[in-house]
Parts: sequence; structure tokens; C-alpha cells
Amino acid sequence: MGIRLIVNGIVHDLDVEPDAPLLWVIRDELNLTGTKFGCGVAACGACTVHVNGKATRSCVVPVGSVADAHITTIEGLSVGTPTAVQQAWIDHQVPQCGYCQSGMIMAVSALLAANPAPSDEQLAAAITNICRCGTFPRIRAAVHDLAMRKASGGTP
Amino acid sequence: MNRRKFLIGGATAAGALIVGYAFWPSRRLARADQLAARSGERFVASWIKIASDGTITVVVPHCDMGTGIFTALSQMAADELDADWATVRAETAPADPLFANGPLAEGFALEEVNIRDDSIPGFLRGAATNSLRVLAEYLDVQTTGGSSAVRFTGVYGMRVAGAAVREMLVKAASAEMNAPAREFRTEMSRVIHMPTGKSFGYGELAAAAAGYTPSSHPKLKNASEFKLIGKTVRRLDIPAKVNGSTHYGIDTQVPEMYYAAIRISPVFGGKLVSVDEAPIVQSRGVKKVVRFDDAVIVVADRLWRARNAVEALQPVFDSAGNENISSKTIRDAHLAALNNGKIKKDLTTGAGADALRNGTLVERLYNVPYLAHAPMEPPNATAVCKKEGTLEVWSGTQDGLGSRAFCAKAAGLPLDKVTFHLLPSGGGFGRRLPGFWNFLTYAVKTAMAVPGVPVKLIFTREQEMQHDFYRPNVTSRFKAAVSNNGLPVAWVNHYTTDEHPNPEAHIFYAVPNQAYGTAKVATYVPTGPWRSVEASWHGFFVESFVDELAHEAKRDPLEYRRALLQEKPRHLATLNLAAEKSGWGKPLPSGRGRGIAIFECFGTVVAHVAEVEVSDDGAVKVRRFTSVADCGMAVNPDGFRAQVESAVIFGLSAALYGEITIERGAVAQQNFTDYEVVRLAETPEIDVHIHESDAPLGGAGEPGIPPVAPAVTNALFAATGVRIRELPVKNHALVDSAAKRV
Repeated sequence: MGIRLIVNGIVHDLDVEPDAPLLWVIRDELNLTGTKFGCGVAACGACTVHVNGKATRSCVVPVGSVADAHITTIEGLSVGTPTAVQQAWIDHQVPQCGYCQSGMIMAVSALLAANPAPSDEQLAAAITNICRCGTFPRIRAAVHDLAMRKASGGTP
Repeated sequence: MNRRKFLIGGATAAGALIVGYAFWPSRRLARADQLAARSGERFVASWIKIASDGTITVVVPHCDMGTGIFTALSQMAADELDADWATVRAETAPADPLFANGPLAEGFALEEVNIRDDSIPGFLRGAATNSLRVLAEYLDVQTTGGSSAVRFTGVYGMRVAGAAVREMLVKAASAEMNAPAREFRTEMSRVIHMPTGKSFGYGELAAAAAGYTPSSHPKLKNASEFKLIGKTVRRLDIPAKVNGSTHYGIDTQVPEMYYAAIRISPVFGGKLVSVDEAPIVQSRGVKKVVRFDDAVIVVADRLWRARNAVEALQPVFDSAGNENISSKTIRDAHLAALNNGKIKKDLTTGAGADALRNGTLVERLYNVPYLAHAPMEPPNATAVCKKEGTLEVWSGTQDGLGSRAFCAKAAGLPLDKVTFHLLPSGGGFGRRLPGFWNFLTYAVKTAMAVPGVPVKLIFTREQEMQHDFYRPNVTSRFKAAVSNNGLPVAWVNHYTTDEHPNPEAHIFYAVPNQAYGTAKVATYVPTGPWRSVEASWHGFFVESFVDELAHEAKRDPLEYRRALLQEKPRHLATLNLAAEKSGWGKPLPSGRGRGIAIFECFGTVVAHVAEVEVSDDGAVKVRRFTSVADCGMAVNPDGFRAQVESAVIFGLSAALYGEITIERGAVAQQNFTDYEVVRLAETPEIDVHIHESDAPLGGAGEPGIPPVAPAVTNALFAATGVRIRELPVKNHALVDSAAKRV
């Protein structure tokens, strides 16, 4: 009995248990290792992917519950050129070890799609991902920069 | 183990015997090319490859755990090399003795004997460098720790290598044109013959240049000639870290790989008594149960199957008689050691403790708890024992060559039968340093139990939280005698330790009589270096006590420190800039307070001013950090500032929430749900300033940490009158005093 997963636009028919965690199916069945394991209990956000556009912590999602949903991982976020969020991460030199940043970028991308100019409070409420290197000040600066550029009709 | 003493012990023993080379003799280049050069590239000297198309690769004998050292070290090599920065990239050195980090050994040796490098005569410099390079090879050193990469590998290795290679390229051009070397200059990866204007790209000259012997003491640039050192450049590693393409240890994919899940005895020292495999014999994908003295591992074809199976097992562990150990018994033992135990004398200056008679006595007791490192990437390793008797391992650790030697020993194989692939780490903070490689041991032994099959072992967050090597619990008792002007005339500090005395306890303040002593405590909780190591606790202790003395003297904490730093211009300047930038002394609304703290470690002085707010219900908000760091000169200023920001966040997590507690012999915390860390919502505004001085280059990754906690607790005292002497802050009720204020 297979499970059909649609990841980054590609349909996969997989022979896995419905209760297998989406994170490990993405990483080990599909070899998409940009999505990271951090805690296993949806506390840190390193495993954040988009499920039908919504930021979702994949480590606690049974793969059977997202069959036929559209899943996007960091690898599917951009093809070739970085997205505006990724470029802002480069411009503000956000990552340090970088391990949590796939999850950060996925979470922030989903937030900005819904709210292009979040206040500090909205940002802090929405982005609860953990970064042990402490890149938060630069994340905040990058997001505000993106909001300003959007408001001034700049880069997409 | 004290890594510095370890290195120096070796240096004394081995150094005298060995004469060698600062860089590889040319016969070694061929082997380096074989190990680490791709088609078209070749090594010109240690650490530097030049490809025929002119691409320059700096080969870094460190791990990338996020501190930006691959970029900073490349800047140092490229600057001396007069390289075109656009053509420079960095990669991890192979875990091979050929790439042992001699400059690191040299840096620690010079630090230990306190010799400035320019005081060593030129002819001896080469000899010292030579023997230490060989020593590093002998000891398998490729460590990343001690905030040492830039100040040691960079200063003694990368700059020298860059300058030596530049000289070799000039020699090659000089031979090509049959013109004297003095007629050439170098710029943007070209050697230019000044009289004719004819020029050669480095790529064209690389093969010929590699034929010359590199000088171990080439002419280095003066600071005024730097083009890259001291200039902000974008980090080389960041583009791959925003699109998921950086491969960390955990991302290792080997064909036909199995996965391993582990359950270690929850009680430290506990042994595996029995495990019944019946519940999992029918489980899909389960391949093998591997028993260890103190753990059980399930190997399966998928990670979740291995994890489900190890959860289903009900292994029985004994508790080795440790079931009654708790945080309370440990704290009591520390107090008893200070009160009743023998104090081993460390440093004494002036009349030492005898001078306690010469003023009003002030006595305080402080404590810091055990802390986990909690790097985002849980420890993991992939290993395969091949049937022909070789071992191959992939992991992110803080020492590639050391890891290779460690895995060889664990497998009982000679070094040359073992390959170790050092991969970037999702954070380190000391967790992945030599001596703390339980994940490598388990991975190698598991691979040995399934010969021929690659196995990836990944700790769960829970297993990692419970089987880390923790920042120790430390208790410190201060006594000071204060004279009529409020300044201390005697300073006595006795603190507990499970290891050696800590030089980090020694203060830079002008107190004429000082005495330090340690009370040895046995700990059965495994401890290890945690970002800034001993400085992480002494910073809190010293800067809390100084603040308390200022309060006792009814003097402003900034002004009080200034009075004690009159002989320390570098510290004074750092402190003053922090005060100025933070608006020290300007009035704050009720419920807010500022705290200041300063500390020096790893060659860098850092002062923080924290501004906190305590609400009427006692909730603490850290609003703002103003940080000033004097690291001599920052190689990549923006990268350096990022490290200070990082230290503030990491230090705040520890100060506000960090606490590993022991219950019934085991760690009580499980995950980020009960080991809370700072997130975006708690992140203060952080304003970092670099104060330049003529001091030698200092470290970046760690020195920001020690003054974070005392800056916060000093600010909380200013805001509420409550003095916190035991971390973390979350355990203290600030609500009463807040109510009193109303």
C-alpha cells in the first residue's frame, strides 16, 4: 500500500507506513536533506516545510496525513536564483552554522506571503524557530528590509 | 583535560627532538595533491591550492561550525598572497596528518609561555614552527576551539602561507623572464614585471611555483598594506546555507545505508542489565539489536523504524548506586567542599588572604548550574566497517584528524586503515571537541556489529539532552576587605572544580592582595568545555562581586570599575566606550535598569551594558544590549560583530533559562520544551562596537559570553534591588520588590 506525496511539484509513490514522520520521508526517501532534524517534537522549527503553502513542522506530521497535499521544501523554494527572502538572508549575512536556516527561511517566507510587513510583535509571535547561533537580530533586520522594499515596490 | 597543557607537555617532550619544516617539503606536495586537489589544481604550499584557471583555494584545518573562520582565514591568506578575492574559496582540509594544524600548536605554545611572537629571533622562529608542526602531526591536532582559528591558525599559518606562496610565484615569474625578483610586484592574482609591464596570472605560474621551497619566514605585510584583513567581506559559506545545499554530517547519504537509534542508561554510570528483543522481532525493517555496556542500539533500514523499535524495547539498566544523586546533593557537596574541604592554593599576590584583616569584610557566595550545549544539529555519525578491514566515518566534529585517530582506536585499526570525512557542524559550542565523542564511539562500534553495511547513528534531542558533557556546576565564595574609600584591599576567591585551577578566575582589577584557591569536588556528571569554558562562570562570579562591592561602597558600578582599571588602558577604553554608547547614567523609567560587566578571555576584552525591564508581575524583559569588544583588530568586522551578537543570545539563554538538573541520578530535562532558549521574541536590540587597539589579534567566538549574565543580573539589581547570585534568572521571584516599588 503506497502513499502519494507531492513534493516540490513532483509526485512520488512511496512504500512507507502512514505514521512515518514526514521529515524523515523527505530526507531519507526523497534525499532532500535541506530540511533538518532538530528536536522531533515541533519545538524548534528546523524541519519547517510548506504544506499547501502553510509553514508546517514536518517532524510531527504523519506522512499519511499529507498524502496528495502540495509540499514545498527549501530545495523547491527557488530554482537557480534565490528568492527575495534568501537574498535578504545573504545581504544581511544572517546564517552562522546555518543548520536552522532552511526552517527559518521557510517559516519567514510563509509569514511574508500572508503579511508582507509584520511588526516586531507579529514577527516574534509567528517565528518561534530556535537558532542556537543567535542570528535573530539579523533575521529581524532582514525581514524589515524585505517589508520596506515591498512597500516601495522594489524587488519581488 | 586542559588542551593547552596537553599540547605544551608534548612540546617539551617532543619539541627538543625534532627538527623539521614549517611547510611541506616539495616531496610532500604530491601527496597533498593526491589527497585534496581536483583536476587542474595543485598545492603550492601548506593550506593553499592554485588552479590553472587562477582559482585559489584555502584549505582550512578546522571545522565550519558557523563562526565564519573559513572566510576570515581565507582573507588572511589571500591578503598576503595579493589574491583577487573574487577567485578565492575555502574548503575543509582532509583529516590527514599532512594537514595537522602546526600553527595552532604554535599559538597555544606561545600563549602558554607568554612570548610575543616578534620577540623570538627570526632564525628561531622557523625552528619553533617546524617542531610544532611536527608535534601537531604527532598529536593529530586539527582542533577548532579556544577561539583560536584566526589568532593562531590565521596569524601563524594562513598569513605566512599566503606570503610564502606569493614569494614562490614571484620566483617563478622571475625565472620565466630571467629577470631579478625585485623587478616584480603582485596585485589581484597577477605577478607584474614592473619595467616591461608584462604580467602573469597566478594560475599560469602555479605549477612552476610549486617547485620552489616555501620560506617559513616570508616577509609579511604591515597593517597599513592590508587590502582584505580588517575589511568586511561577505562570508563564503552563506549562499549554500540559504538554499539547503550545505551538507552537514547528518546529511550523509551512503548507498544501502542503515540507520541506528540509541537508548543510553538514563542514570550516569548505569549498565545495561537486560533487554528483551521480543517486542520488535517482527517489526518492519529492523536488522539488529546491538548491546553496549551502558546502551542499546537498534539498527533498521529506516531511521523512524529504528527509533520506534528502540522505544518499544524496555531495556533494564542498573543505576550503579547513583540513584540518590540529585542537584541538591551535588550542591551540598560543593558547599561542603568549600566549607570543610581542603582548599588547594592557586595564585597569591601581596599578603593574600592575610590582608582580609585590613578592611571591612564583604562575603558572597555564587553558583552556576550544569548547562547543555544543545547545538541545533544533534550529534550523529555515519560509519562503515568494510570487509577488507578498513573503516570510513562521516561526521561533524571540532577536530577532523583527532576524530580519525579516535575512530581508529575505537575500531582497533591503524590510522591508515581509517578515513574520516569532516563535515560542517550545525553548531558546536564545545560539544564536538576531542574527549566528548560518545556519538563516534557508538557509531563505530555499531558499524563493527554490521560489517560491510554503512550505518548512520543520530541522537534524538532527548538522548543528547541527557548524554551531553555539561558545563559544570560551580560554586564560588568571595571575601573582600574594603577600605574607607570603598575599594577592595584584599580579594579572596575559593571555588569548586572537578578539574584544574582556572587562570580565568584571576582578576584584572587593581587589588593589592589577592588569593585564589580551589576545592576539589568529584562529579559523576560528565562535564566538558562549553563556549568560553572556565570564563563562562568566572565572568559571572567576578563581575557580580565587583558590582556588589560598588553597591556596598555606594558608588556607581561604572565609576567603581574605572577606579580599579586605571592601570589597564585597554580595558578602561572598552568599558568607557560601552558606557558612552549605552547612554550610561541617563535616567530610565521605573522598572528598568542598566547593568555593566567586562571580561577578558581568549585575547579579547568585551564589555556589555544590558538594559532590562521588570514588569509589576515580575516578568523580565532584556530590552537592549550595548556591546564593545577589543580584539586588537577584527579580520572581518561584520563577521566579528555577528559573533558578539551570537554570544549575547547564547549567553542570554544561559543566564535567563539555562539549567540542567539531576534527579535520581539522571538529567531531568528532555528537549527544548524544558530546556528553554532565547528565541526571536526574547531577542533584545543588540548594538555591537569594535574597539581597535594595538593588542595582538584576539578570539571572536567565545569572549562575548562571560560578561552577558552579570550584565543582566547587575541590571536586574539596578531595576529591582534583587541580587541574583545563582543562575538562572528564571528561578528567582522579582515580583516582591517590584510590588514594593509601587
